[in-house]
Amino acid sequence: MSFTEKLKAVVDLYDQILKQPHRAEIARELRDEEDLFMLLCVSEMLGIPNPAYYYTLELYPLLLDKFHDWHVRMGMDKSPLEGIRCC
Amino acid sequence: MNSIWLAIIGMAMFAFGYKYYSKFVAEKIYKLDPNYVTPAHKFNDGVDFVPTNKFVLWGHHFSSVAGASPIVGPAIALYWGWLPAFLWVILGTVFAAGIHDFGTLVLSARHKGQSVGTITSTIIGKRAKVMFLFIILILMLMVNAVFAWVISNLFIKFPASVLPIFIEIPLAVWIGYAVYKRKKEMLIPSIIALVIMYGTAILSSKVPFLQIDLVKYFGGAEAAGIFGLGAVGSSFLVWIVILMVYCYISSVLPVWKLLQPRDYINSHQLVVGLLMLYLGLVFLQPKITAPAVNAAAGDVPWFPLLFITIACGAISGFHGLVSSGTTSKQLDKETDARFVGYAGAVGEGTLALIAIIAVSTVFATQGDFLATYNSFAAASSGGLGAFIQGAAQLATGLWIPADIAATIVAVIIVSFAATSLDTSFRLMRYIISELGVEYNMPSLEKKHVATSIAAVSSTALVILPQGPNGFGSGGYLLWPLFGTSNQLLAGISLLLITIWLKRLGRNYMVTLIPMLFVFFMTLWAMIQQVVFTWSGMGDNDVNMLLFIFGSLILGFTLWIILEALSTFRKKTVEPLSTDM
Repeated sequence: MSFTEKLKAVVDLYDQILKQPHRAEIARELRDEEDLFMLLCVSEMLGIPNPAYYYTLELYPLLLDKFHDWHVRMGMDKSPLEGIRCC
Repeated sequence: MNSIWLAIIGMAMFAFGYKYYSKFVAEKIYKLDPNYVTPAHKFNDGVDFVPTNKFVLWGHHFSSVAGASPIVGPAIALYWGWLPAFLWVILGTVFAAGIHDFGTLVLSARHKGQSVGTITSTIIGKRAKVMFLFIILILMLMVNAVFAWVISNLFIKFPASVLPIFIEIPLAVWIGYAVYKRKKEMLIPSIIALVIMYGTAILSSKVPFLQIDLVKYFGGAEAAGIFGLGAVGSSFLVWIVILMVYCYISSVLPVWKLLQPRDYINSHQLVVGLLMLYLGLVFLQPKITAPAVNAAAGDVPWFPLLFITIACGAISGFHGLVSSGTTSKQLDKETDARFVGYAGAVGEGTLALIAIIAVSTVFATQGDFLATYNSFAAASSGGLGAFIQGAAQLATGLWIPADIAATIVAVIIVSFAATSLDTSFRLMRYIISELGVEYNMPSLEKKHVATSIAAVSSTALVILPQGPNGFGSGGYLLWPLFGTSNQLLAGISLLLITIWLKRLGRNYMVTLIPMLFVFFMTLWAMIQQVVFTWSGMGDNDVNMLLFIFGSLILGFTLWIILEALSTFRKKTVEPLSTDM
């Protein structure tokens, strides 16, 4: 490991230490934003009219990976939507 | 005597504590298992439960617990001389704080990363949990009131420190925006922010126009102010209201917008402050002028009040909240708990140690010390000012001019105090919401309702107690009550660890002895203050506010102890399923 790499590792460690106290809270806030976005995307299937339905439909394949964790977090053990194959 | 010896002896004791005592406790008492699957791995959710590098976790734990308290307490306790404060900080850190922080971390890691409050419910009972929440609530209220007073006091005494502190707020907002919306790195902008702050501190030390001196604006210390208060009282009122408004806003804003970038900048200051003071000490090596034991300190006995005057820096219940609240959820290996918990407490001990050295060397002669520290009240109101002058003197060892050093140290202390204030304000909001859940009062769960209760009650507590110098001078009267609630919380955490160890059939003396010591000293000091001082018995004036708060804390604690004793005496020694 060269001196520059060592220095970079130390700086990264220092940066992580300083970010650590609020890391979880920020991660939770960002996750809440994503959860809201997920709700907006699947709102039509939940009975809430979504004027941008055709556009959000295109996002489904990208959101599929996160879908299971999302509905579990929302308090639903099984997928609430029949149109999406989950669990 | 050369003060460097205090640092050498103190550091040697801390090193001994970490290398031998904590190793013994880790191997023989807590029996840490490197193969134990910690909650961070078991419940890894990428948010709360995340396995984290032990050095990162240590830094997090240290920066979360190191606020202004380990400085304020020793600065006041120097009233009884440097020796009692020194011994309590060293022995307290090695045999009580280290074991407490380390123990709460292990206890929580062995209980699914639950907080001490929830574990109280599991081990002792649900009633005890509610009592525990009330004690934490009162502790947070104390922190808010005490630190609002401390910051206002420093703004009045060091007006040059006001501008750098207020400049930090827009800088923090700018950094938060740059990092989370523009995806920039945080390190370089935060260092730039720190340079701007210190540049402003240097400028405002030299240019009186930049010093925001409210007392001067009101027409001088003798002038009349607002609401029939003097200029000093009015200045206190204005600063306290401004601080509470600031706390309200920072508490309800998303954390990335202000709090996190501000804390990030302040963490640099912890490093800068410690380096500046310890290096200054090495180069300057000032002589100790304070007496080892102050024979003239007759108005308030050191025994047992020393043990509640210095809470953080010797042992503090607040650390248990951090250990069990966040740190335990991020422990990668159980064996890391020794380094994170014990060495985290040692880190705070080093801060308290340098505070003792700074105050005990600042005076030219022992006579000067005795003139300043002429009563406990004078020590309480002037201790922090003495620390700033002492720390500035140490910084002159690095060739920094004394006036600039004093402003920079004041900026660092205000930043520490503001971090404590921010954190406790937010925690208080969460606890009020949690009590709302416990008692089925949904309105308390609302963000603005909980924050308003926190703001109004904290403001009332800092404004209402009347000190000998009129309005605004009563804030420091709360310090012993803050120390007491903090220590009682530590005692309860040690009690939980002791019960847990007993259930597992382990030797629980290492936690039982500090627990008995902390409970005995704190309850004694508390009863002495509540029954003999604040109740108005004898020649003392009645202080209803402190009497009520003191009685409440005393009542809650005795209740928890009685509930815990009945648990402790139960014949069943089988460990619970949650113990394993």
